Amino acid sequence: MIRTSDYRARMHPGYWAFAVHRVSGLALAVFLPVHFWALGLGLQGEAALDGFLRVTDNAMFRLGEWGLVVLLAAHLTCGVRLLLIEFAPWSGPRKNLIAWAMGGAIAVGLAFALALIG
Amino acid sequence: MSAKERFQARTAPEAWSAESGPVSDVRRQALLWYWQRVSAMVLALCVVVHLAGIIYAVRGGLTAAEILGRTRGNWAFGAFYAVFVVACAIHAPIGVANVIGETTVGRGSSALVIASVLGVAMLLMGLSAVYGLVAS
Repeated sequence: MIRTSDYRARMHPGYWAFAVHRVSGLALAVFLPVHFWALGLGLQGEAALDGFLRVTDNAMFRLGEWGLVVLLAAHLTCGVRLLLIEFAPWSGPRKNLIAWAMGGAIAVGLAFALALIG
Repeated sequence: MSAKERFQARTAPEAWSAESGPVSDVRRQALLWYWQRVSAMVLALCVVVHLAGIIYAVRGGLTAAEILGRTRGNWAFGAFYAVFVVACAIHAPIGVANVIGETTVGRGSSALVIASVLGVAMLLMGLSAVYGLVAS
């Protein structure tokens, strides 16, 4: 039998780390083609790129940019956690890695927020 | 054949002795796992550099002149971001295929087709963006 939903199994930091990694990965996969398209405007010259940057120069886009940077940082730190679990010769509980991963993503988010408003 | 029957046929013990079918499916999954981990290792380094770069670059706002001033003719920048794009074009589609495979019963060809289209699109769009920033 394939269990499709088990509330108790999901009330665990490991599941939340998985969920953050998965949701951030999907969001980045959707965002990346748009990001590449926008940067590709550089091919059409400075004016085209500047036009796009002017459109995105408002609070809503800034908030979106901040969210994407946090998602990128979270995907990075959760991914590094996975690589350490799979390849590092460590054993025992690894919940600390989840704390490091989330803390790292929040730290990057705060640094980017400071740079954005500074 | 219903989704349940397809699942049972794929996971039946006798199916695992065949050269085609689930055995090659497992081999393919192992290869995809390998490439996703290798690309993840490259991306981990690239993303750290990228995050540091964007935190530095957004201070005081972004202008096209400022961005292109840093990137035009900068082939070290171009080489770094070309590697970044290639790693993304390997990593993201495999991840998307895994998500499709795990959330739908029909793992396999349709997920790989979607992933391949995404990978080729990301590669072409990403490399042309890098070229545009460096050579325009």
